[in-house]
Amino acid sequence: MSLAKPDALKITITQKVALGLGLVGLLILSLALFNVNFPNKSIILWLTLGVITIGTIIYSRGAYLTKLEGIKNDGTWFKSISSRGFWGWSAGILLTAFYIILYFYPEYLGLGKDGAENTGIIGLFDPLSQLLSGRNASQWFVYGTLYTLAILAFGYKFFLKYRHNRYQQVRTFSVMFFQLAFAFLIPEFMYVMNNDLPYYDIKSIWPLNYYIFDEWSVKGFLTAGNIGLALLVFGILSIFVITPILTYKYGKRWYCSWVCGCGGLAETAGDSFRQLSSKKLTAWKLERWLIHSVLVFSIVMTTAMIYTYLGYKSNEFWLTRGVFITSVIALLTVIFIGVMVFRHKEFGKDAKYGAIGYFAIIALLLIMHFTGTTDQLFFIKSGSLRSAYGIYIGSIFSGVIGTGFYPILGNRVWCRFGCPMAAILGFQQRLFSKFRITTNGGQCISCGNCSTYCEMGIDVRAYAQKGENIVRSSCVGCGICAAVCPRGVLKLENDSMKGRINTNEILLGNDVDLMKLVNEK
Amino acid sequence: MAVKDLTIPSTIFLLTIQNNMEHIVIIGNGISGVTLARHIRKLSDKKITLISGETKYFFSRTALMYVYMGHMKFEHTQPYENWFWKKNRIELKLGYVKSVQTKSKTLHFNSGETLQYDKLVIATGSKPNKFGWPGQDLDGVMGMYHKQDLENLEIYAPNNETCKRAVIVGGGLIGIELAEMLNSRSIPVTFLVRESSFWNGVLPEGESAMINRHIINHHIDLRLSTNLREINADENGKVKSVIIHETGEELACDVVGLTAGVSPNIDFLQNSEIETGRGVKVNRYLETNIKDVYAIGDCAEQHEAIGNRRPIEAVWYTGRMMGETLAQTLCGNRIKYNPGHWFNSAKFMDIEYQTYGWVHGSKGRPEYETHFHWKHKDDTKCVTIAFNKNTNEFLGINTFGIRMRHETFDKWLTEKRDVDYVINHLSEANFDPEFYATFEEQILKAYYHQLQTAI
Ligand SMILES: Cc1cc2nc3c(=O)[nH]c(=O)nc-3n(C[C@H](O)[C@H](O)[C@H](O)COP(=O)(O)OP(=O)(O)OC[C@H]3O[C@@H](n4cnc5c(N)ncnc54)[C@H](O)[C@@H]3O)c2cc1C
Ligand code: SF4
Ligand code: SF4
Repeated sequence: MSLAKPDALKITITQKVALGLGLVGLLILSLALFNVNFPNKSIILWLTLGVITIGTIIYSRGAYLTKLEGIKNDGTWFKSISSRGFWGWSAGILLTAFYIILYFYPEYLGLGKDGAENTGIIGLFDPLSQLLSGRNASQWFVYGTLYTLAILAFGYKFFLKYRHNRYQQVRTFSVMFFQLAFAFLIPEFMYVMNNDLPYYDIKSIWPLNYYIFDEWSVKGFLTAGNIGLALLVFGILSIFVITPILTYKYGKRWYCSWVCGCGGLAETAGDSFRQLSSKKLTAWKLERWLIHSVLVFSIVMTTAMIYTYLGYKSNEFWLTRGVFITSVIALLTVIFIGVMVFRHKEFGKDAKYGAIGYFAIIALLLIMHFTGTTDQLFFIKSGSLRSAYGIYIGSIFSGVIGTGFYPILGNRVWCRFGCPMAAILGFQQRLFSKFRITTNGGQCISCGNCSTYCEMGIDVRAYAQKGENIVRSSCVGCGICAAVCPRGVLKLENDSMKGRINTNEILLGNDVDLMKLVNEK
Repeated sequence: MAVKDLTIPSTIFLLTIQNNMEHIVIIGNGISGVTLARHIRKLSDKKITLISGETKYFFSRTALMYVYMGHMKFEHTQPYENWFWKKNRIELKLGYVKSVQTKSKTLHFNSGETLQYDKLVIATGSKPNKFGWPGQDLDGVMGMYHKQDLENLEIYAPNNETCKRAVIVGGGLIGIELAEMLNSRSIPVTFLVRESSFWNGVLPEGESAMINRHIINHHIDLRLSTNLREINADENGKVKSVIIHETGEELACDVVGLTAGVSPNIDFLQNSEIETGRGVKVNRYLETNIKDVYAIGDCAEQHEAIGNRRPIEAVWYTGRMMGETLAQTLCGNRIKYNPGHWFNSAKFMDIEYQTYGWVHGSKGRPEYETHFHWKHKDDTKCVTIAFNKNTNEFLGINTFGIRMRHETFDKWLTEKRDVDYVINHLSEANFDPEFYATFEEQILKAYYHQLQTAI
């Protein structure tokens, strides 16, 4: 939490006190980890969360309110925490360890096994969980609470840092709201209302939410009556209808930097690390292979999973395996042909890779269909595919690497290299969206602030210095490039599709005839 | 006999190869030289060599300040990855050219090496002005132009313990950047400005006054109408203090930044036949008096100024535009350097500034040019629109704290819109991020209010 703290050498006394407060909070949490039994858990818990929050607030006020409004990146590359120094590595290792314990060894956090009472840090959170939903805490409840707290506290810090920038403030408010309400409170209340319902954060959309179509989840929805059914339908509509429409209108930012929880943490708690993303061309190449492989994996995995449970009791669901697999293939084919016919130009050189991806999926699905028995797919035990995805992608990639490595690889490692949802949204953004970052004529001085602070590792300057709009599938529309640009060159806009992608050889400001001659060639 | 028969055609063959592979040598790997090299590569297969005595790889000079401030590392200021040059077959040479022999088309390096060229382009940029102040070469006295200046600053002003105070001499764009840099490390700064108000040779009064206040709000000791008399040394030859000309006051300091403008960096041409004035003299085709020798960027001086422009234009954009233009000429399509409407931008601490067309300060303002000025009450945003008081034609705009769209103003200037049109359509030109407060209505109101009072 207050890991972004021990940065400046010259912090004021007040800030030191604030830092101390935050550390006291962390200390209590770690004491709890070692099973120190606190007398009045409820008070201790509130106290802990309270001092961490207050510490962050006081520290941020000291950092930003003492200065005039403006860009606050002084010393970013000198501070150990934000430049992969000692504190950066320490934070990275601590976070990574925390995620490993959280995902694989929750008993060390004090999770009571087989109905035993919670102890340790999880036990500490029991009172809060009881208050919200009348049940004891789990490791996920503890994680969810700390996660939400991080977004809120660092969101506040972000607010102060960008207090001259309304775009930054509005979108940060948005992620804070969605995290608190949709990811944290509403699922708890939903449980209170109807405890058959599976945990469902309705803003978390498949394939990011890879378990929504799990058997237990779907069954849970179906047994929970109309509300369950409605939620399931909403889940399906989210990805197939709502997502494309919103992305068409606003670009993928509507999700990635306004709504999504992963994005929310990256933008707030991860803000100090955005400059660490690699801008090398090689990183971009790696990104494209990785993220699309994860997408293929997630589509195949989900289809296989649904396919399995459709199999064994053919009368339980109205859908049969044959119909299901045919409709998945049909849908993918429609999308593929549609893109190849109508968007071939935008797709350009990437068309080849799109085709590879498409045929890979179809081939995998067909192999599955023809080798599949009830409990074996691809000759491996069905279910292992799903658990492999859960462990390698869901836990290790998105959690351990995605967040644990913030201070080393930047705050959007998961979003950039792994998130299958980002891949789908990015695809839509690249091909069918009104969103782009417009560059301002010839004003760019190639300084590099935009590229440095782009958390997605986009070399924004490469476009800006050519006067070319930025239309990139990975851009999450955080708007930081536009904020840090000292010459007012970049503007995030939703405008018409026409002329969105422009290529210039010669920039505005030169001889009009020369520009015509060269650019219209 | 047989041998001779063979040699004749093969010499011809060699010659043609050499013709195709004409060797273009560019001295200076700044924005102008690099833009030129890139465009030549796009248009042709010629052999290109880029020389610099400063750094092997191109970096953005305008970003030097951000390295000192810790916003970026030096490598972030390099717009192209290191493999780019090899891939595009642009040869890089690190070395300082000592002299040029145009007759034999030879360059002589400091190291004693030589290099032959077929065509030579001089793109050596600028160097900081020094006006002969006593003590101007002491340790701890520096300009702010080259990467070496930055390294020097890092030695003499790493923090506010080693550098208890810095004095900056010269109130221009680089001076205020240097002030911001030192300020970011909490080093107290005294800023000596010769003019009665910051940069008022260029900025109209209202804007210049607003920037004065902004500088002071950053706790910088701004001294207007103040000149430097001399710089004093301590026993080790390092700067100890400066004396102010007007008052004789002695100011203790550890660093003196000389930022009183720049001039072309062309001393190495002194003994060549290339004609120079303040800069390398060129015609509209960027050709010098010597065949096959050209000059672009900060170091080029037009025989006659183009329009309202100065004969030497020491800005990023013009360097780039000259590079774009000269590449055409060198690749067989001889065209004039013919820049479009003037534009520029800068940032004064936290206030961004953009300009399109011509808005003059009190100096050199044509008699027909008059201004409409609006300032926001928070004292960080203002707009000045210049127009012809006889014809109402829109001449240009300065905007502070509000971003505007280059393309829109370029179009309006070409269309010769009048000032009413511009003020009424200002929102079309707005380039601020989404959700920002807009001020067009206020501006419009202020405009009509001023009109009425004027009548
Ligand atoms: C701190 C700072 C901030 C600036 N900010 C802005 C801005 O915001 N906007 C703007 O428009 N302009 C700005 N400028 C001005 C702008 O940077 C210059 O106009 C531009 O860089 C000039 O480019 P150039 O290619 O002509 O020369 P340069 O960039 O100066 O490149 C010339 C190169 O040639 C090398 N060289 C010189 N002589 C020799 C020799 N004999 N042998 C070998 N190598 C040699 C030099 O070392 C240098 O590397 C700024 C300048 C500075 C210093
Ligand atoms: S390009 Fe700009 S808006 Fe897009 S992700 Fe990068 S910094 Fe954010
Ligand atoms: S777009 Fe802005 S921040 Fe990016 S390189 Fe150009 S001037 Fe710098």
